[in-house]
Amino acid sequence: MEVLLALVIGVLGGAGVWLVLRPRTFQVVMGLVLLSYAVNLFIFSMGSLSIDHPPLVTPGQSADLQNYSDPMPQALVLTAIVIGFATTALFLVVLLAARGLSGTDHVDGERDEE
Amino acid sequence: MSPLAVLMIVPVVLPLLAAAVLLLIRDSRRRLGSVVNIAATLGGLVVAILILWQVDHGAGHDAIAVHLTSNWAAPFGIALVADRLSALMLVLVGVVSTGASLYAAAGWGRAGAYFHPLFQIQLMGLNGAFLTGDLFNLFVFFEVMLAASYGLQLHGSGWLRVRSGMHYIAVNLLASSLFLIGLAILYGVMGTLSMADVAAKVALVPPADRGLLHAGAAILAMAFLVKAAVWPLNAWLVPAYTAASAPVAALFVLMTKVGLYSIVRTWMLLFPADAATSTQFGGPLLLGAGLVTLAFGAIGVLASIRLDRIAAFSVIVTSGTLLASFATGSVAASAAALFYLASSTFAVSALFLMVEPVQRTRSERHAHAPQYDTLPDEDDNLDDEQLPLVGRAFPVSIAALGLAFMACSLLVAGLPPLSGFLAKAAILTAIVDDTTTGALPASTWVLMTLLLCASAFTTISLVRAGIRHFWSSGGRFAPRLKLVESGAILVLVGACLLLTVLAEPVLRYTTATAAYLHAPRPYVDAVFGTPPRPGPTTPDYSQVETP
Repeated sequence: MEVLLALVIGVLGGAGVWLVLRPRTFQVVMGLVLLSYAVNLFIFSMGSLSIDHPPLVTPGQSADLQNYSDPMPQALVLTAIVIGFATTALFLVVLLAARGLSGTDHVDGERDEE
Repeated sequence: MSPLAVLMIVPVVLPLLAAAVLLLIRDSRRRLGSVVNIAATLGGLVVAILILWQVDHGAGHDAIAVHLTSNWAAPFGIALVADRLSALMLVLVGVVSTGASLYAAAGWGRAGAYFHPLFQIQLMGLNGAFLTGDLFNLFVFFEVMLAASYGLQLHGSGWLRVRSGMHYIAVNLLASSLFLIGLAILYGVMGTLSMADVAAKVALVPPADRGLLHAGAAILAMAFLVKAAVWPLNAWLVPAYTAASAPVAALFVLMTKVGLYSIVRTWMLLFPADAATSTQFGGPLLLGAGLVTLAFGAIGVLASIRLDRIAAFSVIVTSGTLLASFATGSVAASAAALFYLASSTFAVSALFLMVEPVQRTRSERHAHAPQYDTLPDEDDNLDDEQLPLVGRAFPVSIAALGLAFMACSLLVAGLPPLSGFLAKAAILTAIVDDTTTGALPASTWVLMTLLLCASAFTTISLVRAGIRHFWSSGGRFAPRLKLVESGAILVLVGACLLLTVLAEPVLRYTTATAAYLHAPRPYVDAVFGTPPRPGPTTPDYSQVETP
């Protein structure tokens, strides 16, 4: 599962970085979204990956990560998702404004020569 | 619970409430909006000064006030911590925002919707970032501050603002991703994000995990360095700050200081000078980055003709100076840098506010009609510029503006007799004195040369701008200055004059702050030593073990 998750994060992150460096505004926003997915999965994975472990310490069992899953990264990731969602929405509005003002979707507002 | 522990949530709560009230005020009642905005900002300044006074006069534990939000004991809850550094930064926010809100009342506040609520939310983010004692909460306050800044940067609209704003938002969203990655790694290594807990546990990290810790800290630092506008991560700054409206640009001067504050705070908590391992990890890199930024900013200032570009590059110069001075790792240099931080923040903000009034001297549109005693006939064979100047009284507004511009130039360039000079002299003295044993390291020579070059370049550039605006083609029209605009500039220049007169007590305060920053133990003790208030059903917290 670790390998699979690492691959997923890597592919998402790589695709995100590549898209962010593209010249079209829509590609940039897609890149930022993919990057935030990668980051959110990364934060989530920091709480150790386990299946069937509730984020509760059961009485009688020692309170280590063998017996429960850490609730902190889940709380962190929730906050990060909300904030990322809001800022991306705000960025989309600015993209639309830029598209309207410049008539092109180039990040610098300049039409390509081609 | 000490009165300070109650007082210190006001800088966060007051702007939030003010923003809520301002949202309810209709657009047609803009004057009321301006008044509420200024009142809330002034209230924030008064509270900040009170906190500073309390922190400065408290001894031992009273010098560091801790507010446990929701009464959760450290390290489980989020603590707000007001110490010497936070209190100083709060006062900077108070003074600069007072100037910016006064200036905005002259007209910019009416240029678009929701200026005042966004302004207050930005203040909440700034104050919160300076007060929080938790790394993830720092991220949240960063985002609050940035979300408001995205709106403020676009205030007034127009293609230039939208284009630079788009780049500014994209860069900051990327930096936020880096911030989260850094936080996740630190949490993975240490299992905590409370700053005090991190500082206490960093020495316990096993050697096998040290690499991961360093990687996490470095990625986190990248996010802060983007905000602090350190080369090569600062391409976004000049277009965004020059495109932004004047009061917003003045307020944004504080945003680079948040980046610097975060670097100083986390660097000195995570890798203190008295630690056994990873002592001042990344120090040489920070020093190098600071030096390159300083050089880049100085060249940028020299290459700039427009006043707003000079001001924007001055922001980069101050960032470089501060980062390099802090990264030398010496207490004296950090103390001088904190003084320079206050002086340069006020001066550069004032410079941003002065851009528009100064430009009015060149155009008839915003100025009074010239009232010449004797207008030349069309047949007179005279230079166009010459005759109208004969026998004309020097308008008061030009004289006042010229004096303010001179004071500002002296402050930004660091020339005597104002506080800019005292700050630069203090930094130079500190870095020379620091290495009395043996020869000075090469980096010190480079830093000294760059500091002096930056001063020279800034002087040249500002004198050039002054000649152009006041002597050559400009200065023919008396600019119409509104009372609030002159008041705004006066607040910031006055704050610098106050810093000049009170240089000794301020330097004593910053020296104590620097000494305190270099030994993080009192910070940790204060946070863990604050018990939650016992409630009717509260269990006994005294058994919670502290590291």
